[in-house]
Amino acid sequence: MSAETTHSQIAFPQETLAEVNRILGLFPEDNKKSALLRVLHIAQAEFGWLDVPVMDYVARLLHINPVEVYEVATFYSMYDTKPVGKVKLEVCRTGPCMIEGAEKIVKYIEDKLGIKDGETTADGVFTLKTVECLGACGYAPMLQAGEQFHEHLTEEKVDALIEKYRANPRANYMGM
Amino acid sequence: MGRKLLLEHANIEGIASYDVYRKNGGYRSVEKALKTMTPDEVVEEVKKSGLRGRGGAGFPTGMKWSFLAKPEGVPRYLLCNADESEPGTFKDRYLMEKIPHLLIEGMITSSFALGANQSYIYIRGEYMYVLRILEKAIAEAYANGWLGKNILGSGYNLDLAVSPGAGAYICGEETALIESLEGKRGNPRIKPPFPAVKGLWGCPTVVNNVETIAAVVPIVNDGGDEYAKIGIGKSTGTKLISASGNIRKPGVYEIELGISVDEFLNSEEWCGGMKNGKRLKACVPGGSSVPILPHFLVTKTAAGEDRLMSYESLADGGFATGSMLGSGGFIVYDEDQCIVRNTWNFTRFYHHESCGQCSPCREGTGWMEKVLHRLEYGHGKMEDIDLLWDIQRKIEGNTICPLGDAAAWPVAAAIRHFREEFEWHVNEPQACMQRNYGLVAEKVFAPASV
Ligand SMILES: Cc1cc2nc3c(=O)[nH]c(=O)nc-3n(C[C@H](O)[C@H](O)[C@H](O)COP(=O)(O)O)c2cc1C
Ligand code: SF4
Ligand code: FES
Repeated sequence: MSAETTHSQIAFPQETLAEVNRILGLFPEDNKKSALLRVLHIAQAEFGWLDVPVMDYVARLLHINPVEVYEVATFYSMYDTKPVGKVKLEVCRTGPCMIEGAEKIVKYIEDKLGIKDGETTADGVFTLKTVECLGACGYAPMLQAGEQFHEHLTEEKVDALIEKYRANPRANYMGM
Repeated sequence: MGRKLLLEHANIEGIASYDVYRKNGGYRSVEKALKTMTPDEVVEEVKKSGLRGRGGAGFPTGMKWSFLAKPEGVPRYLLCNADESEPGTFKDRYLMEKIPHLLIEGMITSSFALGANQSYIYIRGEYMYVLRILEKAIAEAYANGWLGKNILGSGYNLDLAVSPGAGAYICGEETALIESLEGKRGNPRIKPPFPAVKGLWGCPTVVNNVETIAAVVPIVNDGGDEYAKIGIGKSTGTKLISASGNIRKPGVYEIELGISVDEFLNSEEWCGGMKNGKRLKACVPGGSSVPILPHFLVTKTAAGEDRLMSYESLADGGFATGSMLGSGGFIVYDEDQCIVRNTWNFTRFYHHESCGQCSPCREGTGWMEKVLHRLEYGHGKMEDIDLLWDIQRKIEGNTICPLGDAAAWPVAAAIRHFREEFEWHVNEPQACMQRNYGLVAEKVFAPASV
């Protein structure tokens, strides 16, 4: 981890802290650890990815051991413990999407952005990732960008969404 | 037109909002249950309905509810399983996005039946936008007095919240779901103890699928006997089917259980038949974990009877010539699809999703993925087919949770029905990279050997 990519000043803004407190309130007094997955999503949206200082911060907020956070952050595929682009293009590659042309879509994005599966564009905007079934099999091929589902993909649709996110990388987040 | 109990109002403008939902008869089941019924009477109606779990296993819901332990002074929990990660399945997302209040209503009525005062909906992390829809609906339900303290003056209290996963198919398994909801890795627990005795935070817990909980609403409204009149035999009521693959009209459909597969696949009302005039090659009728059926066993059973969309008929013939209704993920393959490639793809999925606790699952899925990869890419040997058979047999039944079985069955079924296609990949390593094998020939079964 290089100095530039590590988050040295870690703190949620006030309104995010309020949301974290609301989420903690959904669980009984002795079981606040249950909020962990949700809070990690929030931390990732806020800081881009989960480095050790971010995870330690989350551990302090929830009054749990840092190792309990690391364990969870490395188990679930949605969490990034390495730097990623501002927009993750996550293309489903599982059976029903595969038979409707997911592989072609992946190839098209790779060629268009000049990156391979798992890589990030030089400008740091896009990361391409192939993922498993996202529950949109009837609308294949599909990809998810942030919280947004993009379905029935064609090359034209991919062009348009890349343009949209290049102009506004946050267009894929809907809020906290 | 079949009867619709869940999606009847799905296309009404604004039905996702509380006001429109309420105007269309929403929350009647809560009024009826809390004002006129005891919790046990609600359980009784669910038993009478014959409702079976819609998450995949098809276990009778009323029976599951009656197993819930009720020690004095210990809280009980109802958890809704909205993890929906079985490839081919996208019905729960549709229901929650279109009519979120139906799930909220079902959660309230079901929680009352079980005596739970705190319930959670665990939703896969990728459905974050659906989580926001549900949270909005829950806020509306609180604001209108359907959640919180002393609901409808009945003395019954209930809090309801949504909590996300973060990308792990295994968290759909009920004990992994509980671990995940406790803020841990999604490692399935060894059973017993079952969640009905020791579940969330060590307390008695029921886990039910989204669709199962939604079905409680019409069951309470109309009575269990009315519900049981729909369907066939022990497959009562309606079922949401997620249809995908090479059909003209993929999508989510609500069917009355017991319609024929032929009608579902070929009529305009449902899948609309095969796309582009292609012929049917195979079908996975219940999500990626269930055995694949070759074209001649899709609309007919081995005995030559019409195959029906029901738990029993889809399973007719056992694994030799049948499959399972599973989660209702109906995936259709046309003559251009490669069975070896599809099997490799699914196996890669299970390998990726194995939590790693049991060696037969962790190692076996990885091994099968490698062997299938070399077969698909023309480097396979004839012994590899028997090797695959051997590995899947050693996984099945030898693991903590059923993910091992879910990974083994698709491989076994593919070899059972499409062995010639696997052999062709070995014999024609060049050709198999350029074209596909085509349809499997109809054959007479010798189920004893498999
Ligand atoms: C690996 C695995 C994944 C599962 N995924 C889901 C799922 O995504 N949704 C679901 O409702 N049930 C899933 N199940 C089944 C659940 O363990 C459980 O049986 C179900 O939620 C019970 O609800 P039901 O009785 O209403 O069907 C899965 C099971 C296994 C073994
Ligand atoms: S069968 Fe697989 S997924 Fe299930 S507990 Fe064992 S290793 Fe984990
Ligand atoms: S297979 Fe791609 S969304 Fe299900």
